[in-house]
Amino acid sequence: MIVAHRKNIQDLKAALTEYKNILVLGCGGCVTVCLAGGEREVGMISSALRIAFRLDEEEHEIREETIERQCENQFIEDILDEVQWADAVVSLACGAGVQAIAERFPLVPVYPGLDTKFIGILQEQGVWAEKCTACGKCVLGTYGAVCPVTRCSKSLLSGPCGFAHNGKCEIAPDRDCGWQLIYDRLKALGKLDTLLEPAPLQDWSQSHEGGCRVIVREDQRVKTTLDK
Amino acid sequence: MNYEPKILALCCHYCAYAAADLAGSMRAQYPPNVRVLRLPCTGKVDMGYIMRAFESGVDGVIVAGCLEGGCHFQEGNLRARRRVEMAKNVLTEAGFDSNRLEMFNLSSAEGSTFAEIINTMTERLRGLGPNPLRHERERTPEGTVA
Repeated sequence: MIVAHRKNIQDLKAALTEYKNILVLGCGGCVTVCLAGGEREVGMISSALRIAFRLDEEEHEIREETIERQCENQFIEDILDEVQWADAVVSLACGAGVQAIAERFPLVPVYPGLDTKFIGILQEQGVWAEKCTACGKCVLGTYGAVCPVTRCSKSLLSGPCGFAHNGKCEIAPDRDCGWQLIYDRLKALGKLDTLLEPAPLQDWSQSHEGGCRVIVREDQRVKTTLDK
Repeated sequence: MNYEPKILALCCHYCAYAAADLAGSMRAQYPPNVRVLRLPCTGKVDMGYIMRAFESGVDGVIVAGCLEGGCHFQEGNLRARRRVEMAKNVLTEAGFDSNRLEMFNLSSAEGSTFAEIINTMTERLRGLGPNPLRHERERTPEGTVA
């Protein structure tokens, strides 16, 4: 899932102070699961904003809505009236959701209520860990399903850097060395010999380095190029 | 008129609520400032309850749960404590005095402790003055609550 974390209330307040009608919009997708931008968090952040504004004797009306997913126009259509009422929207979605709302409503200011952090997993209750960088060319099959691009702090594909200590990365004593994890996993699988092969060159043009990415599936499109 | 704080007490059915009952049977004296809301467990406490209570003008919120290790649902009171800490952080971030919120632990046999908790919080809130979010019409020109 995409993991996010809420922004500071005072920072949000400062950004919204010029708007009277404010819609705080939650997302029922990833950010609900990571407890950052679901219905409950919409209530909590809205309350905190109301309190912060009222303490400074600022008059604002804050309404709350949460839709199934902010990254799909189909669900955005459910809140047309609320957005038309609002002078500004605070989107508690990931960066994709915020931009989807902004694209759908070109004349409505949209502010992110969350900082989008990474693609990760729930490691234990209350702990989320990054597992994927969305590099566009998955190499997990080569490295025993431990991602060197994400788990190695230096994203090294052809072996460890040599600065790990007791299995921990040099950047932080609580951070596992990605290459230690890869080695241990391949050893347990009896596939250490795969590391003897030179690592193939990674095609970084498939990652964000190649610019903003778009995937087109003609078989899924309603309007295909044949229609033109 | 002198300001008297309004306190919301979110009380666990298995301890604080029973302790409040016992305090009554014991004729223990405590100020009439508290409104008790019974919950099945303090694990039911949602940050939204606390935030909205303050928004609506309550002067103080008490979350009263079982002694640590004594929760009827194993760890509801431990979760409540973490949520209360989180709520305190968010309230502080919003510029609101988080001393208006406190969690207490007690058993159902502690009627006098319940009275003591209400006394403690009432005194604290008298010192802090009225919730600045109370509606203007509830205030006298001096800023005290009628």
